[in-house]
Amino acid sequence: MKSSIVIDNVFKSVLFLCVAMTLLVTATVILILGTESFIFFQKVSIFDFLFGLKWEPLLEPKSFGVLPLVAGTFLVVVGAIALALPAGILIATYLSEFASERSRSFIKPALEILAGIPTVVYGFFALTFITPVIRTVLPQTEVFNALSAAIVVGVMILPMVASLCDDGFRSLPRSLKEGAYGLGATTFEVIRYILIPASGSRIGAAVVLAVSRAVGETMAVTLAAGATPKLTANPLESIQTMTSYIVQVSMGDTPRGGIEYMTCFAVGALLFVMTFAMNFIGNYFINKMKWEQA
Amino acid sequence: MTTKERRMKQDMLFRWCCRIVTFMALGVLLVLLSHIFSQGFKWLSWDFINSYPSRFADQAGIKSAVWGSIWVISFTAIFSVPFGVATAFFLEEYSNSNSKFVRLLQINIANLAGMPSIIYGLLGLTLFARGIGLGGSVLTGSLTLSLLILPVIVIASQEAIKAVPNSIRYGAYAMGARKWQVIVGQVLPAALPGIMTGVILSLSRAIGETAPLIIIGALSYVAFTPLGPFDDFTVLPVQIYNWAGRPQEEFHEIASAGIIVLLAVLFTMNLVAIMIRQKFQKYRM
Amino acid sequence: MSKPIIQVKDLSIFYGEKKAINSVNVSFSEKQVTAVIGPSGCGKSTLLRSLNRMNDFVENLRVEGEVLYKDQNIYAPKIDSADIRRQIGMVFQKPNPFPKSIYKNITWGPQINGYDFDPDALVEKCLKRAALWDEVKDRLDDSALALSGGQQQRLCIARAIAMNPEVILMDEPCSALDPKATSRIEDLILDLRNRYTIIIVTHNMQQAARISDETAFFFDGDLIEFGDTKEIFTNPVEEKTEDYITGRFG
Repeated sequence: MKSSIVIDNVFKSVLFLCVAMTLLVTATVILILGTESFIFFQKVSIFDFLFGLKWEPLLEPKSFGVLPLVAGTFLVVVGAIALALPAGILIATYLSEFASERSRSFIKPALEILAGIPTVVYGFFALTFITPVIRTVLPQTEVFNALSAAIVVGVMILPMVASLCDDGFRSLPRSLKEGAYGLGATTFEVIRYILIPASGSRIGAAVVLAVSRAVGETMAVTLAAGATPKLTANPLESIQTMTSYIVQVSMGDTPRGGIEYMTCFAVGALLFVMTFAMNFIGNYFINKMKWEQA
Repeated sequence: MTTKERRMKQDMLFRWCCRIVTFMALGVLLVLLSHIFSQGFKWLSWDFINSYPSRFADQAGIKSAVWGSIWVISFTAIFSVPFGVATAFFLEEYSNSNSKFVRLLQINIANLAGMPSIIYGLLGLTLFARGIGLGGSVLTGSLTLSLLILPVIVIASQEAIKAVPNSIRYGAYAMGARKWQVIVGQVLPAALPGIMTGVILSLSRAIGETAPLIIIGALSYVAFTPLGPFDDFTVLPVQIYNWAGRPQEEFHEIASAGIIVLLAVLFTMNLVAIMIRQKFQKYRM
Repeated sequence: MSKPIIQVKDLSIFYGEKKAINSVNVSFSEKQVTAVIGPSGCGKSTLLRSLNRMNDFVENLRVEGEVLYKDQNIYAPKIDSADIRRQIGMVFQKPNPFPKSIYKNITWGPQINGYDFDPDALVEKCLKRAALWDEVKDRLDDSALALSGGQQQRLCIARAIAMNPEVILMDEPCSALDPKATSRIEDLILDLRNRYTIIIVTHNMQQAARISDETAFFFDGDLIEFGDTKEIFTNPVEEKTEDYITGRFG
């Protein structure tokens, strides 16, 4: 059966090639974003790009200060996290501490459905439902506004935050909880003083990953938040995020190879650096804990 | 009020908060679904599914989008599943999880899973649309989506492979099997239900993707169905985005109708995945 | 005593720094049942797994010395370990049938190894030898996982028989089974001993006494005593053996 020894080696090599491809994908992304932005930064100073306060690449006189896009992204992300983090922790608590088997059996699938709804649907929901509701309460709100996008992005990342927190609570030894309950602590006290501090790094990692996800979110903000790059802290105004700028350029008939087109890659590179850093940190911590447990 | 009473009150309040927030999250889902159904249901008809898009809402349909989605997703499955499953097998069966290199691979895959979809769009645009010259074709779209869901398939398949007990591997080795025979003959069939569940769920993610396809140049107005992998195309989510972005109320309503179709497809896929999971859970290994 | 089929020579096995088997010398006779007994952690399973190179799959494990199977050292570099496992079958502590049909559990091994065989006849022969045929002959296409624990273990024995091995190693094959299933397996082992060499690790001394021709007693990685089962159980030479079989420790 010598032939099957040969097959053994060939088989392993083929599998290895597939694994190598995953590294190749990352490398290619870095290469592409790197070269395209390098060309861009020969024409526009990197300093003006990173610290400029005005983003008007499609109008004359052009200006390429990315801060308004970053600020718009930031506004949406902060709002989304402010909604999703407390809600996620409360849902995780409910699921792990006092939901009955029956309610778990429909809450978990419902959260999975929530997580599986395409982002374009969320965007549509924000535009046609959440925004009108906000405008009834706060009539000064613009048709496109950051608040509506933030709410819907918050809902979108909620299942992820809840399930990561739930994993965090579950990874703790039972004895920790039981000891505290044994001393007569209430559920609130156990969560507040035992579970959250003890799974702090997990929750931290969850937040980092959720922020990264929200930063990269595209369709919901494109539909709901508008296309007005603007440095503002007012969530009721129209803004533009990094992602929705890229979509805007792709939808338009901006000539390929032109400087406006290259801005896509410069903004994309910035987006990549931000999310890559956050994903790396978040995944590193989550994996590290897995390795230590193993 | 004694300290004890205060603590009990606080606890009660907290429990209610948890309950209310959880059910509010489910409430959002219900509101979303009912909003979309109330807007779009009346537009659903065979004509809607079997007509091309139009400038007039009452004549518009999703024929090209549905066929585009079918074409793109089929090719996506063909490209991504073998690579994803093979990668998972290498990581689980051939590599030592303590080695630095394998940990790097593992983190890299987790990072790819979290990379914004729009960046996959930029990758696909540069590499496939312009680099290889495939333009905004079905092939470009499915190659791009394949890269997008590859890490998700890898991670799900790894879980399924991990769930296969070692005793089965040892049993197979004890019969004089080689490693590849153990993997192909025992581990793969045993992990297959789990892998299929993961594959279906990742393909359903790909069906809902919009941004990367807009970036690579999927058209928003397509009055034909693709006849081959090199044809231009649109997909359902892009069509929905296009209608959602128009100011007229009727277009919002047909966007809702499109969403109903999209969600129906996704829920069906989820249901199939759950059924596979349950059918094969009958015997625990 | 018949001629030895496996001879272990100066065998030492290390888990990292820890020595699990301490230069053991022992011979296993052909077409006999040899029981390997000793308290848990004495290295008896480690020894058993070294006889068909199942230890290859344990990380940080190092083997010194020789295991001669038909006068050939199975740890020699040119030896193909898969080939050894074809001739020396194994039955594990917990029944581990493949998650396939009963029929395929039997045919899988011969098939991947390219044996020339008639599958229906083979399945019938092996299941009959494993005393399982009457219970399963009408449902050969059912999943093996639907069988009871005892039936699963007999299927695993049938599966090992299908490879037509010379030796069958059994690693505490009854430890996960109830008394009734255990006694069926013991009867089966007695049936099989004319055809195969059986080496069985067990923590159950009555079992060793009932089914084996020879017994090896291990303690802390050392082979303390080896000989005729009757001798060992009625008239042990070593004090430690006596202490163990009379239940003073273990």
